[in-house]
Amino acid sequence: MGHLSNARSIITAYRRPDPSSQPVLLHEPYRATIRRAPRKPLILLPHTLSEVTGPVYGPEDITEGDNDLTHQRGGEPLGERMILTGRVLDDNGRPVSQALLEIWQANAAGRYLHVKDQHPAPLDPNFTGAGRTLTDENGCYRFVTIKPGAYPWLNHYNAWRPAHIHFSIFGRAFATRLVTQMYFPGDPLCAIDPIFQSVRDEEAQQRLIARLDLETTQPQWALGYRFDIVLRGREATPLET
Amino acid sequence: MDFVPIPSQTVGPYFHLGLTEKHSASCIASSTANGEHVWVTCRVFDGDGAPVDDAMIEVWQADSEGKYNHPDDLREKQSDPGCHGFGRLGTAADGSCQFETIKPGSVPGRAGVPQVPHLNLAVFARGLLNHLYTRLYFAGEPGNEKDPVLGLVPQERRGTLMAQPDPARSGHWCFDIHLCGAQ
Ligand SMILES: [Fe+2]
Repeated sequence: MGHLSNARSIITAYRRPDPSSQPVLLHEPYRATIRRAPRKPLILLPHTLSEVTGPVYGPEDITEGDNDLTHQRGGEPLGERMILTGRVLDDNGRPVSQALLEIWQANAAGRYLHVKDQHPAPLDPNFTGAGRTLTDENGCYRFVTIKPGAYPWLNHYNAWRPAHIHFSIFGRAFATRLVTQMYFPGDPLCAIDPIFQSVRDEEAQQRLIARLDLETTQPQWALGYRFDIVLRGREATPLET
Repeated sequence: MDFVPIPSQTVGPYFHLGLTEKHSASCIASSTANGEHVWVTCRVFDGDGAPVDDAMIEVWQADSEGKYNHPDDLREKQSDPGCHGFGRLGTAADGSCQFETIKPGSVPGRAGVPQVPHLNLAVFARGLLNHLYTRLYFAGEPGNEKDPVLGLVPQERRGTLMAQPDPARSGHWCFDIHLCGAQ
């Protein structure tokens, strides 16, 4: 195998988030963490070309309509129609363009179209619950969907997840990869949800909650929610490698 | 708004719906790619040693000459069009998933010191509130002992990052990921 010359190149590492802005990995109230969260100390990977690169997406990865979950199956799904919009930024405040956003969610009755979700709530023949889109040059994205229902799970007696939408985001680098969940303002279930509460810092918790936005709301048609997403940004100083 | 990164949350048990049902990628490099073609089987286990059947593994790697398919790899040379560089799969009932790819070339590291061939992995699962990054190295690769990043891992844990060749099938490698214990 040939090898490229190891000519020096300049890379800029990504900033590591303050641990208080992130969930703890071992959060016993969320029972699945007990057998799955790492126990040994994690080793910090220095950022090299391997970490600051990552898959790049473009318009060819998106099909028109992928961002409208209310028109995937002919008829309209039941539920509260909503426009979900926001920006993807880095922690320097700069927009992240061409970020791939993928979402998945339960239907209005709280049921996922998934073999492992067999709880007795109805499936909606007009709702799949998955969508994807790319951010534009200003980091903006937009989905049309319906508000998902809360649903029961088996973590503990009488456990219910607050209504939420799962988000997966590819920024510019593998190091900025992020998967999270978006919650709704004023949901009393957040206070007793072990997954939401795995983020201990209250300001950090607020970053997981969308806000109702009348400017995005379209009269006689759909409520608007805004959900901005900040990813790790680059350090101020490049590294010469 | 402030510019503090958003918290991660678990991918949960239903990620297939949004991520791998329609958008999985088992082929990181196609049969037309240059280099040594390999099949990598990853298996994920929990702290009891039980297979994790609802994990998702993403892989990112360079082509056979160590070039990444990314605009921030500024070295002159096109990356191999046969090597897309990215893969992702959900694990099956036995905790495994298999990628088809090529062994990447050496990639520059810090201070101009080359890094031995490796795949970059991110592991997601129900019960993992943040994804975990790890690297897959190839056991027996010349230079593993001197690699600066591998050198950061205590000697007794380095073996957990080594894929092992499958003696029964040439070109096949196995990589076990123990969530509690191995990083
Ligand atoms: Fe969920």
